Amino acid sequence: MTVLLLAGFVGPLLLVTIFAFMPAQSFSVLQTPTLANFEEILATSYYISFLSSVWLAALTVLILFVICYPVAYAMVRVFGHRGSILAVLITAPLFVAENLRLLGWVLFLVKGGVVSGSLETFLGIQVDSMLYTSAATLFGLVYVYLPFMLFPMTLGISMVPMQMREAAFDLGASRWQVLKEVDIPLAMPGILIGALMTFILAAGAISEAKILGGTAVVMIAQDIQKEFTFAQNWPKGSALSVLMILLAGGLALTLLKRIDLDGIFGRR
Amino acid sequence: MQEISRRAKFLYGSAIALLILFMYLPMATLVLASFSRSKFFRFPIPAYSVKHYGDVLESLSIRGFFWTSLFLALAVAVISTVLAFFGALAFARYDWKGRKLFQKIMLLPILFPQAVLGLALLLWFTAIGVTPSWTTAIFAHLVWIAPIATMVIAIQVYAFDPAVEEAAMDLGASRWQVLKEVTLPILAPGIFSGFLFSFLLSWANFPLSMFATGADQTIPEWISAKIQSGYTPQVPAVGTLTMLAAALVMALGYLAAWLLSRRSSAAG
Repeated sequence: MTVLLLAGFVGPLLLVTIFAFMPAQSFSVLQTPTLANFEEILATSYYISFLSSVWLAALTVLILFVICYPVAYAMVRVFGHRGSILAVLITAPLFVAENLRLLGWVLFLVKGGVVSGSLETFLGIQVDSMLYTSAATLFGLVYVYLPFMLFPMTLGISMVPMQMREAAFDLGASRWQVLKEVDIPLAMPGILIGALMTFILAAGAISEAKILGGTAVVMIAQDIQKEFTFAQNWPKGSALSVLMILLAGGLALTLLKRIDLDGIFGRR
Repeated sequence: MQEISRRAKFLYGSAIALLILFMYLPMATLVLASFSRSKFFRFPIPAYSVKHYGDVLESLSIRGFFWTSLFLALAVAVISTVLAFFGALAFARYDWKGRKLFQKIMLLPILFPQAVLGLALLLWFTAIGVTPSWTTAIFAHLVWIAPIATMVIAIQVYAFDPAVEEAAMDLGASRWQVLKEVTLPILAPGIFSGFLFSFLLSWANFPLSMFATGADQTIPEWISAKIQSGYTPQVPAVGTLTMLAAALVMALGYLAAWLLSRRSSAAG
């Protein structure tokens, strides 16, 4: 396991980092390091796709928090052991390729698709295509990453001891107070892991913007892919990847430092 | 104890039902589209046919992608389950120096954008002089999937009392016997779901395959290429078939798990 992680994760990431400091258009790492790639990224429009990725990812996390908290709460507290069957049902779509599910939405939302086709045939209302906007991209992100928020959240909520909530109610706390002072703080480790996962995955997403967003949004991962394939500029692609790595790695490490994994998975 | 009113229960229930509907809606659209006779999807569908399924089943190239995807997923599932079994014991059971660090490094690949990881791996393969093909893709998938399988098995390990193993040792069992007769059977459900998860995640993976398979192509890659350049009604047909395959694997998995648990409860 350790070997796999060293050879398959640490090694490649180091290599990308080294490439990021090589002069543009080169395919070898044996050259004088330079900061030119980073300067170019800041000087040109590349930082826009970086910022829009971060912005869309932040919105995704926010929306998913609002949607998933009540659902996760209900699965743990209201439906008990049946909640786990519901969790399986909600996570099972993960086993269908992301592109396919997004294509399903395209056929659903496109002009002449399920929504606009039905409206036109049955009600005579003409609607335009609902695709190829940043809202459509955001919609796709929320849809695809929902299980990644929901599952850690249910783990987090199931860690909140019932006695603690009862005690709070006995002491005269209102529902809102219990939610704010007991439920959310104690479920925080799970919520944070969910938020972190969705944020990083959404910021690094590629298919949602490509399939649902059209040309309305360019996300950072698309830029990276473009540099490596069409532009054949490995160093620049690497420099963009390094920005991603710094963002994802930085966030992940800060968070993991504060969380005891034994506590979450072992529910001790 | 706070009683949950019937009305609240009904509200929560409907919210979850809506969410599940939302998760499956695009897949239902796909299935519908696969039975449409026309070249372009229009709703309501003017004429139904199963012609595209015939075309798909006859296509030699699609059959080839199917076998590539299947072998890839099987290899990933087998290797990742073995790695994850030992990984999970190291993650959750044994106390050793560096365990907390191991736990964190373990989670990093899961928290990492797959497109960036895939690219880094592509650079890595090129640097060490390996030509990417579906066999290198096994390695790429493992980097992301083995940690997930480890988490799945680790949850089971946390629930398992180490005293059982010690008792077996005290009764004179060798290390090997303990592993074979005590540890493996008790962890079997976790190992089994780890295997299922690995298989299904590899089967549906696109971002890693995109960079790591080289000239070989998997079904998700084919679908993605077709979505971007030239939609044909074969896409939803292939999609429906892959979903059916995934559902079948899951159903067989649950059936086997259910039979196993029945047999062990009958024996115990």
